[in-house]
Amino acid sequence: MSDLNHPGFCNSAAHFSRRGVLQAVGLSGISFLTPLAEQLARAAEQEPKGSTPQSLIVLWMQGGPSQLETFDPHPDTNIAGGSKSIKTAAKDIFIGDGLPLVAEQMESISLVRSIVSKEGDHERATYYVKNGYRPDPTLVHPSLGAVICHQTQDNLEIPRHISLLPNIWAARGGYLGDQFDAFKSQDPLGPVPDVKPRVAQPRFDQRLKDLSVVEGQFARGRLKNLDDGRTLHRSSVDAARRMMSSDQLAAFDVSKAPEALRKEFGETPFGRCCLAALQLIEVGVRCVELRLESWDSHANNHEFCKQLNGTLDPAFASLIKHLKERKLFDKTMVLWAGEFGRTPQINPLGGRDHWPHGFSMALAGGGIAGGRVIGETAPQPKLDEKDRLQDVADPRRVEDVHATILQAFGIDRLKEIQTPIGRPMALSQGKVIQELLA
Amino acid sequence: MWARNLLFGVVCLCGVLALASNILLQDRIATPSSFEPGRFGDLTKVSNKPAAAQNDWQRTVTKLNAEFHAKWKEDGLQATPRADDLTLARRLSLGLTGTIPSLEEVRAIERLPEGERLEWWTSRLLEDRRFGDYVGERLARVYVGTDDGPVLLYRRRRFVNWLSDQLLDRRPYNEIAQQMIGGNGIWTSQPALNYITHTCTENNQGQPDEVRLAARTVRAFLALRIDCLQCHDDNLGTNNLGDDGAPRESKQEDFHQLAAFFAPAKLGLSGVYESKDEYQFKYLKAEKDVTVPAAAPYRADLLTPGGSRREQLARWTTHPQNKPFARAIVNRMWAIVCGRPLVEPIDEIPLHGPYPPGLEVLAEDFVSHGHDLQRLIRLIAASEPFLRASTAEFEITPQHEKSWAAFPLSRLQPQQMAGAMIQSASLNTLDEKNAHIIWLLAKNEQTQQFVRRYGDLGEDEFTDRGGTIPQRLLLMNGELVQERTNENIIANAATRIVTVTPSAAAAIDAAYLAVLTRRPTAEEKEVFVPRLDAARGEERRRVLEDLYWVLVNSTEFSWNH
Repeated sequence: MSDLNHPGFCNSAAHFSRRGVLQAVGLSGISFLTPLAEQLARAAEQEPKGSTPQSLIVLWMQGGPSQLETFDPHPDTNIAGGSKSIKTAAKDIFIGDGLPLVAEQMESISLVRSIVSKEGDHERATYYVKNGYRPDPTLVHPSLGAVICHQTQDNLEIPRHISLLPNIWAARGGYLGDQFDAFKSQDPLGPVPDVKPRVAQPRFDQRLKDLSVVEGQFARGRLKNLDDGRTLHRSSVDAARRMMSSDQLAAFDVSKAPEALRKEFGETPFGRCCLAALQLIEVGVRCVELRLESWDSHANNHEFCKQLNGTLDPAFASLIKHLKERKLFDKTMVLWAGEFGRTPQINPLGGRDHWPHGFSMALAGGGIAGGRVIGETAPQPKLDEKDRLQDVADPRRVEDVHATILQAFGIDRLKEIQTPIGRPMALSQGKVIQELLA
Repeated sequence: MWARNLLFGVVCLCGVLALASNILLQDRIATPSSFEPGRFGDLTKVSNKPAAAQNDWQRTVTKLNAEFHAKWKEDGLQATPRADDLTLARRLSLGLTGTIPSLEEVRAIERLPEGERLEWWTSRLLEDRRFGDYVGERLARVYVGTDDGPVLLYRRRRFVNWLSDQLLDRRPYNEIAQQMIGGNGIWTSQPALNYITHTCTENNQGQPDEVRLAARTVRAFLALRIDCLQCHDDNLGTNNLGDDGAPRESKQEDFHQLAAFFAPAKLGLSGVYESKDEYQFKYLKAEKDVTVPAAAPYRADLLTPGGSRREQLARWTTHPQNKPFARAIVNRMWAIVCGRPLVEPIDEIPLHGPYPPGLEVLAEDFVSHGHDLQRLIRLIAASEPFLRASTAEFEITPQHEKSWAAFPLSRLQPQQMAGAMIQSASLNTLDEKNAHIIWLLAKNEQTQQFVRRYGDLGEDEFTDRGGTIPQRLLLMNGELVQERTNENIIANAATRIVTVTPSAAAAIDAAYLAVLTRRPTAEEKEVFVPRLDAARGEERRRVLEDLYWVLVNSTEFSWNH
């Protein structure tokens, strides 16, 4: 069994570095120095690479947000259907008028307005955008967060990869292994799931002691290294216990944050999750995915978007602002994306349908040059089914965004991983969008 | 007043007696109708019967076992001893119903003569609705995956129910496959057609996707992975096609000529129907689209004219001489019963061999006995590898497991974990015959919730992986475990056992049997029996509650062994 299958939150491709050595020291006995070792290790990783990001936040817009009412407005055209745009802090960039606070941060955000995909079904498109590969029945690809965790090392007591407000398509480890799956947690108003023992501590400890009696009986007459080599049971129990008693768990909790700060992010589940993401990144979590759902506006598109933008705007803008204030912005990349965009035409129900032929993604933070726009969509599209690309200038593929992010993280995107089906697979097959990089 | 007190006492006594009856358990499990004690003879003993004196079942098993014995001898491996009956019952139950035997069933098995137990238990499980539902779900994952698919055009639940019915009715497997690949009509009244409509996504304008169907069909029914041929010829030389004795490298044409069989399939008001459409495709390095003819990538001689293109493909796929068809389902069914396939990856069996022990014997038997899945399962459950213990006095190595000289450990699927946990908390069998509909509905709901949190492995379910931290947290502190172990006289076995079993040793015994399908070892008894013995009142309940928690959190509970 390869080391990739080892449980815990720090299973990554081994590499020898100052960071690795510091962590090895931490692991070898001075684990009480963990936070210090963690910070030193992070600093060490930072030094040679300038603003190389170390953490990723994915703002996942489930359902497929309309590009026309968010980051690619075409006001005063037929396809706008009355939607307006506003000026932003970045020269010559206009975005949907539902995002005034984000507009103020636009100098720090870059847009790709010309993403093209061939997946128009929610599930398949979600898979594609999250994993950078189209669904393949023979293999489950890992999400961007899982790849970054796999390619880096940490010594955290809480999960390195977290999905807040997840649905069934939360980020997965895929062929890298279940241990790279995002840890799922809901609205930070509630508790982190399953981390509190259901009985008093002495009784819980006694249960664990008794468990070792039963474990000893099972191991008898079996493989020599049953636990390390196969079941990983004891090690995952130990890691789970460490997490249960970790102070780092407090990063999930936003109830102790100042009320004004909570209000600034918005008193919505998504707003609270953005604040929790900020706290999680601060304690050293690598990747946080947050979901804002209900963008599937087949009817009443404008009303849907108005409402959702009302949630997105303060949360996204405050996240950028406070990452900067806490000096985490250069170390954190933020990706805003959904599985596809919406049709330029408005249907008889006032909705927009699925549209993978030219939609937007936004990137900000470490490694990303802010205030730039890549590609554009036609204000008066021809909508020729046989040639969708004529309505998109400078089209970019989903995997190109993945390749760009991996490049910014200093990860060799072309590195091939041996998959369980014996097929080597590159981390990304996309082309780096150089114009996005700082 | 005394009369009221007396009445109250009588009511309480009746309640306790009713509960006790569940512990003492009368013989209320009927003998399965397909039970034939002489089918394999006494599987606890080595048979020395000459071939002429053996029946048809025994001859196949003898041949099968001989191949494994030869392999073990060649590799210099000593096989482990035979596993005990309860371990075998647990394995079979997990494989065929996705749960563990109830205490009630354990008692029933133990009442039977030793030589008859396995045959009785196999027969019982194969007649159980849970077998159809569970194995139906496992097979559905192969045919349509786990995704939701297109709304309205695809009914996964109906498809699984249909598969379940086919399995319970002993419908020949070739007919099941033919209906899925070649059928026409509405997918709600003919659930097999969800195999086709599952691909009718928006990407394909709501029409059947010939490329996905071709890839799925060869992988699911023939265990050939030729997906990469969609885009290019086989560059790695790993995908040899061609006729027996004449292997050849595979080409992009091989894939698309298979896709051409599905191209005429269309979806209209009358459901799936056959149009006159031809398949157009532009090959790599070609300048323009060409019309691709429908052709088989090997054994084209088995392709017969007549009927629609999909019917032709269905007949070719299931032809008795198209051996990959039988090999694929033998390998799959072996994995379902034993937790691991004979050939890994499960859906990649080389067309031109070599094959591991057992595969060809079972494939030939399967074809010559009318593609009977239940017969195949019975043969696997009676084979030497299935009967081997996973422990031994000597040192077990990964090689022992790989060669099936020791039964290999495999991690339980999330559905099996949920099923085992819910069943272990009930002393009675949670099946259609014994459990109230409310219990069964609650069981379904809890299973779904648990699986969502535990992490569904999707189609990739036979991958060998260790446990994860969220899984451990879920089992240590999760709601289901808490609900199923804490005080609840109605829902939880721990409380029921401690309430009606005065003897500490008997109560600990019952808990072990209900959760791990075995009795405690001497060392375990030494720890738990005196503790329960010493406890009084509420404390007794707590001791058993803690023991339940410990057993559910053990490696043994989470693994098939």
